[in-house]
Amino acid sequence: MMDLSVEIPGLFNYWIVIILMMAGFYIVISHGNLVKKIVGLNVFQVSVFTLYISMSKIDGGAAPILDETIKSYSNPLPHVLILTAIVVGVATTALGLALIVRIRDAYGTIEEDDIIELERTDT
Amino acid sequence: MALTAYAIIRLRNLFAVVILSGIFSLLAALLYVLLTAVDVAFTEASVGAGISTLLMLATLSITSEYEKKPAHSAVLPILIVVVTGAALIYGTLDMPLYGAADAPANLHLIPRFIEQSGTEIGIPNIVTSILASYRGYDTLGETVVIFTAAIGVLVLLGRGHNRWRPGMRKSVTPEDREEEV
Repeated sequence: MMDLSVEIPGLFNYWIVIILMMAGFYIVISHGNLVKKIVGLNVFQVSVFTLYISMSKIDGGAAPILDETIKSYSNPLPHVLILTAIVVGVATTALGLALIVRIRDAYGTIEEDDIIELERTDT
Repeated sequence: MALTAYAIIRLRNLFAVVILSGIFSLLAALLYVLLTAVDVAFTEASVGAGISTLLMLATLSITSEYEKKPAHSAVLPILIVVVTGAALIYGTLDMPLYGAADAPANLHLIPRFIEQSGTEIGIPNIVTSILASYRGYDTLGETVVIFTAAIGVLVLLGRGHNRWRPGMRKSVTPEDREEEV
């Protein structure tokens, strides 16, 4: 674990986060299937969590659990924020999926293009 | 993780996509353990990889399992994504280096939390102390959000699936749909 953190060059963690973030962003804007869009949002979300958690890491810092023998801890505040964010993220995912089920009830499809087409022929 | 994300983009079988997103969450949890965020890793593994995947599978069992081929070309989304990504990477050049103890985020309030929370709260886990005590209102807000989401889900799904409601197409009945498929 220590070796790993030494090998990683300075800004590499942010670049990984950005690659993952853009993957999620691409899924959201380029795919018409609503379930896939939710998966894309989740990927995006996890990349943001990773951004925060990687910022909280301090070289040689241990997990933030108090112990007499440990001198340096990771920053605990981002951990708290992300704990909250994960749970809120699941709540929003559940809401989005419920909306998808209702859309499927109303239109018979969960493809964005089909729904737009149905709306157009309707009016 | 990047490989998993790529596979999620390419695959059209939604069942595989959902399982891959679960794997993605588990890999993220592993990464959090390496970054010494053990509490976050617990939550991500149980909530992110467990409950999210379960909810999505439940949705898939109600809706369809395959995605249609996209009708538009992928050029414009790729262009937007590349430009945004380049701008963000340019933005990281000013960020503090990975693992720097003197990064601004690690200076304000944090040493105090680490030194005092043991005597003030009496719990060895600093994350728990902050979550339940110093930032207790955040946690209250979180519960409010979850409560609201639960009410939303109940309102959306609670009244039975096949009854006609305002805004719903009268012409599309479940039988019609099955004929279309």
